[in-house]
Amino acid sequence: MKVTLTLNGQEAAVEVPPWRRLLDVLRDDLSLTGTKEGCGEGECGACTVLLDGEPVNSCLVAAGQCDGRAVTTVEGLATHRRGEEILHAVQRQLVACGGAQCGICTPGIAVCAAHLLERGLGAPGDGANDGASDGAGVGAQAALPLAGKSEAEARAAVRELLAGNICRCTGYQLVVEAVLAAAREVADGDAGATGRPS
Amino acid sequence: MVQAPPAPWIGASLPRVDGISKVTGRARYLDDLPAAGAWHGATVRSDIAHGVLEALDFDPAFDWSSVVVVTAADIAAQGGHNVIRLIQDDQPALVPVGGKVMHAHEPLALVAAPSRALARAAAAAVRPRIQPLPAVLSAKDALAGSVALHGTDNVFKSFLIRKGHREDAELERALASAALVIEGEYTTSPQEQMYIEPQAMMSSWHDGRCHIVGSMQCPYYVHKAMKTLLACKDDEVVISQSVTGGGFGGKEEYPSMIAAHAALLARKAGRAVKLVYDRDEDIAATTKRHPAWIRHRLGVDASGEPVAIDVDVVMDGGAYLTLSQVVLSRGVLHAAGPYRCPVVRVRGRVVATNHPPHGAFRGFGAPQTTFAYERQMDKLARARGEDPLALRKRLALRSGDTTATGQALTFSVGTDAVLAAIERAAGPPPQRAGRSLAGSPLRRGRGVCFYFHGAGFTGSGEARLAGRAAVAVVLPSGAEAASAAPVRFEVRSSSTDIGQGSITMFSQIAAASLGCDPQLVRVIDPTTDKVPDSGPTVASRTCMVVGRVVEQACRTLRGRLEAWRAARGPAAESLSLPEVAAAMARELASDGKELVELVQYEPPPGIVWDDDSYTGSAYPVYGWAACLVDVAVDLDTYEVSVLRCVQAVDVGKAINPVIVRGQIEGGTLQALGWALIENVIYKDGKVANANMTNCIVPTFADAPELETVLVEEPYPYGPGGAKGVGEIPMDGPAAAVANAVEDALGCAFDSLPISPEKIATALRQASARSDGKAGVP
Amino acid sequence: MTAYLRPRSLAEAVAARAAEPGYLVLAGGTDLMVNANHRPAPAGLIDLWRLPGAGEISLDAERGQLAIGAGATWLQVQRHPLVVRHAAILAAAAREIGALQIQARGTIGGNVANSSPVGDSLPVLLALEAELELCSVRGTRRLPYREFCTGYRTTALGADELVSAVLVPVAAPAVRLFWRKVGTRRAQSISKVMAAAAIHLEDGVVRRATVAFGAVADRPVRLAGVEAAVVGLAPAQAAEAARAAVAGAIAPISDVRSTSDYRLQVAENLAARMFSELS
Repeated sequence: MKVTLTLNGQEAAVEVPPWRRLLDVLRDDLSLTGTKEGCGEGECGACTVLLDGEPVNSCLVAAGQCDGRAVTTVEGLATHRRGEEILHAVQRQLVACGGAQCGICTPGIAVCAAHLLERGLGAPGDGANDGASDGAGVGAQAALPLAGKSEAEARAAVRELLAGNICRCTGYQLVVEAVLAAAREVADGDAGATGRPS
Repeated sequence: MVQAPPAPWIGASLPRVDGISKVTGRARYLDDLPAAGAWHGATVRSDIAHGVLEALDFDPAFDWSSVVVVTAADIAAQGGHNVIRLIQDDQPALVPVGGKVMHAHEPLALVAAPSRALARAAAAAVRPRIQPLPAVLSAKDALAGSVALHGTDNVFKSFLIRKGHREDAELERALASAALVIEGEYTTSPQEQMYIEPQAMMSSWHDGRCHIVGSMQCPYYVHKAMKTLLACKDDEVVISQSVTGGGFGGKEEYPSMIAAHAALLARKAGRAVKLVYDRDEDIAATTKRHPAWIRHRLGVDASGEPVAIDVDVVMDGGAYLTLSQVVLSRGVLHAAGPYRCPVVRVRGRVVATNHPPHGAFRGFGAPQTTFAYERQMDKLARARGEDPLALRKRLALRSGDTTATGQALTFSVGTDAVLAAIERAAGPPPQRAGRSLAGSPLRRGRGVCFYFHGAGFTGSGEARLAGRAAVAVVLPSGAEAASAAPVRFEVRSSSTDIGQGSITMFSQIAAASLGCDPQLVRVIDPTTDKVPDSGPTVASRTCMVVGRVVEQACRTLRGRLEAWRAARGPAAESLSLPEVAAAMARELASDGKELVELVQYEPPPGIVWDDDSYTGSAYPVYGWAACLVDVAVDLDTYEVSVLRCVQAVDVGKAINPVIVRGQIEGGTLQALGWALIENVIYKDGKVANANMTNCIVPTFADAPELETVLVEEPYPYGPGGAKGVGEIPMDGPAAAVANAVEDALGCAFDSLPISPEKIATALRQASARSDGKAGVP
Repeated sequence: MTAYLRPRSLAEAVAARAAEPGYLVLAGGTDLMVNANHRPAPAGLIDLWRLPGAGEISLDAERGQLAIGAGATWLQVQRHPLVVRHAAILAAAAREIGALQIQARGTIGGNVANSSPVGDSLPVLLALEAELELCSVRGTRRLPYREFCTGYRTTALGADELVSAVLVPVAAPAVRLFWRKVGTRRAQSISKVMAAAAIHLEDGVVRRATVAFGAVADRPVRLAGVEAAVVGLAPAQAAEAARAAVAGAIAPISDVRSTSDYRLQVAENLAARMFSELS
């Protein structure tokens, strides 16, 4: 079938079987190899992309389900200004804080963490994302990721919300540092921090 | 000549050179490489543990004309030898028809097809006929010897260390003289490396050569194995490492097998073939940490001073030797622990079973024996009513002491510093009793441990290996010529960056030694026709040994450059080092020569090792570490939470402290996982949990906040004082967890993993013993 | 070639289901898409992901029920104020399913229809005495969730039916809710034991309790024996009565994730904990 989607902000169309995994469509049909396969069973999170703004395992999404929807991959996190690449705050801090080692899980972590920063590190049940019950995902409150949270609560929130991304290299500690550093960067009002239009 | 200012690049946490390519997704791992026209391979495997391969039946309903099939017969037909060359040539690349299947998931045949799906379908359409034989499915069964898999006793290899005695009777007398003997029996489980990039390899034959690129730790291991398998000369096989998504030992020896398969398929198909494992296949077929069974006796006199230690180590090697004897060697060399004791006997055996071969995994035998000796030390403290940390301080090896192999320690012994760091970080122990958020009763406890890890190859290994690395001055060409840099310094080594940061570290070492900006250094990708053999990327040796060679190559080159400048008098005085390098390189180039410095590793003086008696300097230097763990055990669910984990590690010198922290914390969490939740479950010799759902590793939510203390006791023969750090964090935390759980519950846990199931059983037994009273003693 | 249908309404969905009973009904795909590349492609897909209207969560004040559309994802369930207020243990269970990526895709209807013995929301639905709304071209019917699971991964769902909503009675203020998932690890975890309960405590004694467990049998189970044993008892006595009643009520299996002994022991502990926590 012909699947038309908004891929990293651009219209894209691809002729694929509807049962093909979004992961394979991205990697094989669209040559976007930044999204990685670690397990094929929704356990490791290396294949995380945003589907209509929400983090999903692209190995568990059927191509047909993407028709008419928006998909953001790691390739879509950075922005470009006058030909220069501006990394997302999360990408920048993963490098600066040592949150990437072998790097195979890193694109998935970057995508998921970028989502958390933009949509709020709100703990479930705290009302940060109430509302939408159909269509376009669960609300889109502005991000004040660390507002009202103690350091320990913020760390716990990062650990809960990134638990779908398995990393075998880092022990997670420096990834948590990187995400919190990026969150502070965003909270400190650096307009270019996320590198994306708000 | 003016001495260069102190190098600012050693000890600086520069961002990882490959960082941006990784966070943007631009880094290309094997499966990301463009491969137009490449076919995909798949492997036909045995589904039973032991038998005779009678035939391979090919489903007549399948269209075999659309695929390529390779069997063992294809290897001999091309003059090759059907063996994965390593230590002993006992493991075939493919089991031949008529040959023995030695383990489940063993490769029997290969297929390649234009698509992954077709390759998988073809593999499924090959039906092996295997006549089953009785299988050996544990080390104890192997030693019982009712089925002979290797020799008559199933022992692949044994080692014996004796210190302070000549005969067993003397050891027994020493133990008999002890006021107290702690006896324990310990078992550790197999562990999956679980790198997040599954194994992957691609091969093609062109220019008269076999090219193999893939995810690997040791390009020259693959090179050596391919020469034998494919009957090729040195320059007829080229091995390149692609960006590698984790290894941890799992990509040390097994990639030779996958490379063999990819090369055989590519040769027959006449085109490139990609062989990328699925996760399930990777977990089932590739190597795991050796399960071990360790018996330990520790005798002390009335004052608590050790009089004798006796350790018996048995490891399950699996169906082929692969690296087992080296794993066992490291295991026994660490088995007596970093404690002084006049009389030590360590016996080790690794035995053949019908499990898939166990292999390299971070720590390489030492985590198993460390678990045993640190449980023993804890039991000694408990028996004597002595504070566990104080006991370790009292008995730990220090400069001037000798190890179990009689090695006198003279430098870089971080014992006091790491123990003091743990003491400082400790704080008050956790409150014994409490309640979880869910209302369940908790018992909390604290455990500590102390351990060491020999860095580099064992004994005379480094001298034999003679690892080499080079630094070359490369003049800009093409687009680069326009850049400001007059040259770049190219570091050539076969060390692979598998996430541990060796590219960045080598850049820093080279920049510091040359006195240039790290931007001018490029560490090139390891490809066997472009880099010398620096030895494998294993054994905590990359920074300490290969980094040292890089340091020396750069120093020598710098000396040559400075001499060249001095020889040219005042005219050259104002030239910067890179400018001198450019001028000198140009001069040599006009003679058709390259400005390059190739250096071979020279072991430090005084390293004497005797393989026959297993005495002497087992390692040139040791890393030292201590760990403190606080746990809470939920008495409703028996789940253990790690509340705190502090690890202090003597690394000699941290070339890049952030990267070193990352190494330590990653190893620490692998150790906590091994202690509590990780396991590979064999059923009839097959891996019963071959997927990431059931073969679990810790997530973000399972990991505690990790506290890391870097201690620096410089190693005079390491680059900038650095010594190995990759493995040591894996060695100790499991014992610290077990010690903490015992502290919390009052029952001993001597078998890994310390699962909720085992805790439930232990508490039930304990409460049955205490008159059926419910709850915790 | 796999056919692909994306209904735009529930009516279209049931019509598609009736017309193409052999097609795979797919919503969030968190179970059905596992290793999809290794499995033969289905004849067709009926894609219910984001079916308009199917993810709504509302309060039916008249019936005293929370109506949760089958298409509601675990993220929606756990974050919706109505669920948090009226069925807190369902929100809690939703928060412990997989991790964020799975919660963003997995739906309550999928969990119910898939009917795995380790389905994480299922013991909660039993304990809360939920009903299901089942739709087909023949019409709509309601079925107590308790009657839905008929065996190991078998259900009372008709060949032409779809689960359209989960109806959860609003818990009375006097009812105390209990939920505990014991998994293989803290997240991305398959349950080894799950316990859920709704306990009506009055004048210091248990008046009525609904007690359900998951991962201890071929389907999620209500333990009538435990429920009967605790009526009229004060919490401390109820706890011991509940513990004692579990052993005869379940016979869990051993598998790669856990053992029979452990599952039984933990089920006993949690059965006791549900009541001991009341005081």
